[in-house]
Amino acid sequence: MTKDAIAARHPRSPEALLSLLHDLQKANPENFLMPDDLALAASHAGLPLAAVRDAVTFYSMFSLRPRGRHIIRLCESPNCHLAGAWSALDELRGSLGVDVGETTSDGAFTLELTSCLGACGVAPVMMVDDEVVGNLNPERVRNTLARYREGR
Amino acid sequence: MTRIQVLLCSGTACQSSGSDKVKRALLEALGLHGLLEEVQIVETGCMGPCELGPVLLVYPEGTFYVRVRPEDAAEIVEEHFLKGRPVPRLLWTEGAPRPREIPFFARQVKLVLSNCGTIDPEKIEEYIAARGYEALGKAVTGMTPGEVVAEVKRSGLRGRGGAGFPTGTKWELVRAGVGDPKYVICNADEGDPGAFMDRAVLEGDPHSILEGMAIAAYAVGANHGYVYVRAEYPLAIQRLQTALAQARKLGFLGPGIFESDFSFDVEIRIGAGAFVCGEETALISSIEGRRGEPRPRPPYPATSGLWGKPTLINNVETYANVRHILLHGAEAFAAVGTEKSKGTKVFALAGKVQNTGLVEVPMGITLRELVFDIGGGVPAGREFKAVQIGGPSGGCLPASLLDVPVDYDSLSQHGAIMGSGGVIILDDAACMVNMARFFLEFTSDESCGKCVPCRVGTQMMLRILDRIVAGDGSEDDLTRLTEIGEMMKKASLCGLGQTAANPVLSTLRYFPAEYRAHIRDHSCPAGVCPNLVRYEVLPEACRGCDACRRACPTGAAQGKAGKPPYRIVDELCIRCGACFDACPFDAVRKEPR
Repeated sequence: MTKDAIAARHPRSPEALLSLLHDLQKANPENFLMPDDLALAASHAGLPLAAVRDAVTFYSMFSLRPRGRHIIRLCESPNCHLAGAWSALDELRGSLGVDVGETTSDGAFTLELTSCLGACGVAPVMMVDDEVVGNLNPERVRNTLARYREGR
Repeated sequence: MTRIQVLLCSGTACQSSGSDKVKRALLEALGLHGLLEEVQIVETGCMGPCELGPVLLVYPEGTFYVRVRPEDAAEIVEEHFLKGRPVPRLLWTEGAPRPREIPFFARQVKLVLSNCGTIDPEKIEEYIAARGYEALGKAVTGMTPGEVVAEVKRSGLRGRGGAGFPTGTKWELVRAGVGDPKYVICNADEGDPGAFMDRAVLEGDPHSILEGMAIAAYAVGANHGYVYVRAEYPLAIQRLQTALAQARKLGFLGPGIFESDFSFDVEIRIGAGAFVCGEETALISSIEGRRGEPRPRPPYPATSGLWGKPTLINNVETYANVRHILLHGAEAFAAVGTEKSKGTKVFALAGKVQNTGLVEVPMGITLRELVFDIGGGVPAGREFKAVQIGGPSGGCLPASLLDVPVDYDSLSQHGAIMGSGGVIILDDAACMVNMARFFLEFTSDESCGKCVPCRVGTQMMLRILDRIVAGDGSEDDLTRLTEIGEMMKKASLCGLGQTAANPVLSTLRYFPAEYRAHIRDHSCPAGVCPNLVRYEVLPEACRGCDACRRACPTGAAQGKAGKPPYRIVDELCIRCGACFDACPFDAVRKEPR
């Protein structure tokens, strides 16, 4: 779908801004907002470009830099911390060969931390894109990464 | 003909534990035995005990199975469904197959969660069969808006999002607000660490929220509503979208509801990862397409909210209560709870407790009942130390306060708050200073930066706490923490900053000795803070495997392979914990210095 077609699905109002930005970001394989996207969002929502940049830089889910095809968000809230999120983080760092905030050299994954994902019953938890993966231990982390690498 | 119904929990936690694979395996086994006509599988919302997932409930007799694996499906089908013999090893507790025989469920009173785990949230027919949209019909066809407001007011319902403002009073203010149009917003930006009740209702009973909003809209005179959901909840968003489409199709939303002249429709707005957007004025900014920063109140949203118009904003759990008030009457609702806190509250139990998950209990139940009778207490071998209630705005209460009733006023009197209902149970392995630091790190991260007390205050407190956990704190630091905390309470712009100091102030109040130990003795009594622990080898557990010596970067772990015990020389130790992680026999222990 073209970017204009994506925009056309949203009302021409400032109210639509966040949803539109989400959709534009998703449409980029590198999971980020390009300068053109911001300009398009501004003209579609009827806002100055500065206002769009202002909003984009506020929300942690929007990125102005290229990221991986899959975004991994590991929860760093107290429940996951108590349940041992740090061994999962070590495994993620080791398996991916990147630190938090970085993208793997093959462009497959970006590793991020997030506040509570609201799945504390199965802590420690991470999200890979829209999937919640709970009860994390190093083995489950490895299996999940393998599954995404194989494209399943 | 259906002879057996299987309610399979398909909430986020159970899905993450593999409930969809269990479903496929069950269907396969049912097909193999030709039972597809006789056994119906219903995917429901969250049943509560998330840690034991995937869970399923078999009717008519009500057998509750936990930790079901796909490979168990054949046995369940062959033994239970064909021969009528429940599978004992999959029961929660032996000899107690039914939920009401299990303490975790027996003490609960389910109102908000009554449909979660019993109906298929993607089928509006099942919601209607559970008296869904009956309350809306009653309101629109038989009551004036003023009567609806009065009924909610009489029920004593208070906001479930944290602050506990009387819901009926808020509705009255919006109804009286001058301006047109008016808006109704559902705050589904659940973000408190440790709280996941709104997710459960959004995923397990989305229609109850839409119905509550529609009743509210009728009462305050609004025709347009928004649900603001955080982007971290994709399943909740999807179930809400499904529910919206169904409700519109059957005419529960849209023009002329119940053939009256009342029209109401709802749109979904999705957040983008900002905790502060749970604050009502920040949330409104975010819907308007701007940075989610709060603004000073007054004016309150009831007089000037979305686009400057009178706006009603309530939390998910609050809306989910509304239909029960109209169905059963304000008196019946108010019969549950305490004098000033009516009804039930959903709590999310997590941390060091046997039974984690979601529970709904009458207001006024004691912390002890919540943590021990329902939660099952801390796992064996450890002792209860504190309960953190109310998330980053809440506080830590010690064992001596376990008999405090859980209601809005008792909790705040003791320095905690009801908050959204996140409850984290801590055992004696938890360091209270570290816990307080953890929440401060969270709030300083999530502070939007607009007002100075919160932006600078959280940073200053965090810096002091960093010093203390590193062993470099001074006695003055404790006074400074209290001063900054009290200043933030008074001077911050919104609830985030006003409550951010609570985790520190409450731990200072109840666990002062732990702060002093860090400062005076340079010791972390719980053995958590890395700089303040000493590593020791337990001689009787050491097998001389040499793993610690190989892992140690400074030569502090010493010994000869095959000749236990090893030892760790404290003067050489940099407290990196490598030996602790490396030891396969748990022979390396962290001790307070």
